[in-house]
Amino acid sequence: MTFRKTTLLAALLSATALSAQAADLRVALQSDPDILDPDPGRSFVGRIVFTALCDKLVDITPDLEIVPQLATEWSWNEDNTQLTLQLREGVTFHDGTVFDAQAVADNIERSQTLGQSQRKTELSSITETEILGPHEIRLHLGGPDATLLAQFADRAGMMLSPKAAAEAGDDFGLNPVCSGPFKFEERVAQDRIVLSKFAEYWNADEINFDTVTYLPIPDDTVRFANLQSGDVDIIDRLAATDLPQARSAEGIEVEPVVSLGYQGLTFNLENGERGDNPWGNDPRLRRALSLLIDREALNQVVFEGAYQPANQPFPPASPWYDADNPLQGRDVEQARALLAEAGYPDGLPLEVQVPNSTQPQQVMQVIQSMAAEAGVDITLRAKEFATLLNDQAAGAFEASQIGWSGRVDPDGNTHIFLHSEGGLNDSGYSKPEVDALLQEARAVTDTAERKALYDQIQDIADADGPILYLYHQTWIWGLDDDIEGFKAYPDGMLRLEGVSKAE
Amino acid sequence: MLNFLLRRVAIALPTVILISIFVFGLQKLLPGDPVLAMAGEERDPEVIEFLREKYRLNDPVPVQYLAWVKGALTGDLGISLRTNQPVTELIGQKLPVTIQLAVMALIFAMVIGIPAGILSAVKKGTVTDYVANVVALSGLSIPNFWLGIMLILLVAVNWQLLPASGYVPPSEDLWLSIKTMLMPAFVLGTALAATLMRHTRSAMLGVLKSDYVRTARAKGLAERRVILRHAFRNALTPIVTLTALLFGELIAGAVLTEQIFTIPGFGKLVVDAVFNRDYAVVQGIVLVTALGFIVMNILADAAYFVLNPRLRKQ
Repeated sequence: MTFRKTTLLAALLSATALSAQAADLRVALQSDPDILDPDPGRSFVGRIVFTALCDKLVDITPDLEIVPQLATEWSWNEDNTQLTLQLREGVTFHDGTVFDAQAVADNIERSQTLGQSQRKTELSSITETEILGPHEIRLHLGGPDATLLAQFADRAGMMLSPKAAAEAGDDFGLNPVCSGPFKFEERVAQDRIVLSKFAEYWNADEINFDTVTYLPIPDDTVRFANLQSGDVDIIDRLAATDLPQARSAEGIEVEPVVSLGYQGLTFNLENGERGDNPWGNDPRLRRALSLLIDREALNQVVFEGAYQPANQPFPPASPWYDADNPLQGRDVEQARALLAEAGYPDGLPLEVQVPNSTQPQQVMQVIQSMAAEAGVDITLRAKEFATLLNDQAAGAFEASQIGWSGRVDPDGNTHIFLHSEGGLNDSGYSKPEVDALLQEARAVTDTAERKALYDQIQDIADADGPILYLYHQTWIWGLDDDIEGFKAYPDGMLRLEGVSKAE
Repeated sequence: MLNFLLRRVAIALPTVILISIFVFGLQKLLPGDPVLAMAGEERDPEVIEFLREKYRLNDPVPVQYLAWVKGALTGDLGISLRTNQPVTELIGQKLPVTIQLAVMALIFAMVIGIPAGILSAVKKGTVTDYVANVVALSGLSIPNFWLGIMLILLVAVNWQLLPASGYVPPSEDLWLSIKTMLMPAFVLGTALAATLMRHTRSAMLGVLKSDYVRTARAKGLAERRVILRHAFRNALTPIVTLTALLFGELIAGAVLTEQIFTIPGFGKLVVDAVFNRDYAVVQGIVLVTALGFIVMNILADAAYFVLNPRLRKQ
């Protein structure tokens, strides 16, 4: 508002039609980020803020190709146990510290050793860092790790000022210092995070805003209302139900992109005593339920057709999508036959825990009615999210409606859920064959070879069905139509290079 | 009077202690592990254990409580599990916001509620009375969240008169700050205005029947003077009590209003903290709210002395 008044005033005062430079970009986020430190950072919205604040070693393109950011070139040795990175020259952190090979080594060490770092497993393959020159570093790995570059395209690859990190310790997140296009100005919890343009940024010509303000606005209607009223320029995750209205609204543009993640039903196979139930014991039942769900109809009913029906952990646009395993339509007859084969010709009950928010409940209600047609009687247990997670980890569930925001590397969408030792394998799924394939896929760097392994993993996991994939969420950005140069990325991040506001 | 106030403070202390024990215990009974809630998508067992140790979650509950009390007595309410910010700093940031909202809402409530109450008492049984009652009843029955969303859509989106949501500190831009807070304060104020109106009406009705009002009228005083000087002043005591008690309702109402309008105040802080099992934050807010409630009550008691000369003599 103030800005508008100022602009108006400026326009009135200047006789020549000098257009005022668009200074502030206001972005509404779906929730308030957690700690602003990439190492202990956990939230999705936190990553959106980091994208403007902290440059990474590498970045991705909208097609998930890995491209240079702070590392300009990289190469693997013969047996894929050494990764050598050439670093960008002339880069400084927001506090003036120079970015060099030592800074990379310090950052990797911090990610691996800081008490509350969530990046430990992501970088666990690195055993040693060897500085070859001021802008050249070699990473020695315990074994081949094909996931490493993709990890460097996210929080594990974000470079913090080693000086600021050493001084602030655990409190780094209260005043983060990185080398991204914007530097940290202030944060009022649950209200705003303000960043300002970093004049010495190596790619400063591409940056067209003096400040960026992130405002957490959790309510979907209110977030959209803020876009309509012109109080914000960009909103994160427009609700699918608001799409028709947003499309017809004047002055608003919508940029959807299918995410890397998925939502699904996780069955308890072997996680404690409750895994010992018909659904956990017989894959035919899980297959039958899958056949009872019309995913396309689900998408139309709950999401206005804006999402992507899913039958695997990777969305169709992903290079890792298995085209030989296309989405199968609903088949009630086949489902009935499978139920009968498993000894339940008249169906059986199933208890599903579901987060107590609107969308997951709607999804499950639609599935409930679809399943009822073959006598599968679904009881929904709505739980507040923290409780749901707790019960899921503890194995106190039969089936759970849960999802994953998705990772660039295929390992990130599979290993933790399907490997018997996986950190998020709440299903308790355990198959030595899958374990071996997942490990092997981590080590192979050749894309085609790797893809073949993931196809194999999917074939087995699909038959066993510990997770029944339902849909891939679409990140729907809402934009004021004077925003130009915006590109939607499947990782749901907001990259501000080349984005500008027309006058 | 000083004696009386000291007595009230002495009674208040055990109340605060009891509340803090109760809330601390209650939080521990909640299902859901704070560290798991925090760990988010990735949950590395090593990190989880580290955090449990760091925030002393492995200690027995009474030990945790005593550690908290020890900190609280020295002004340290711990740090937020979610953002690492000190709880005192968070409260310092949020309290002024909610106070601004509460004060503006109370102004709305009083400006609407009290005159409407007086009017409907004086015009008892007339159309004015009925209209005022219907309006009051609607104010009570319309849910805050509905009214809030409707106002946002109408005033901010369609007419573009006021900002849709958010908060601007008065120190930054006083006028914009008031403008941003107008809708939420109105929403929060209307429900209270209704309560206030009903109470003012009944207090006024009682007083208007009393002998001194008849005497005042018999002396030939102007009706306006009779109502405002003689009747209203005496009806004020229960209204002041109510307003102090409304403070509790204001805080409760602020929880919802702040959610709708995305105001970074106390209410929003506590809701988010409960969902994230951010124990230290919840505990700190409860302590401050309980203290605030008690202070408001003591202030209301003190106000009686000012308003009622008879009490002063006792």
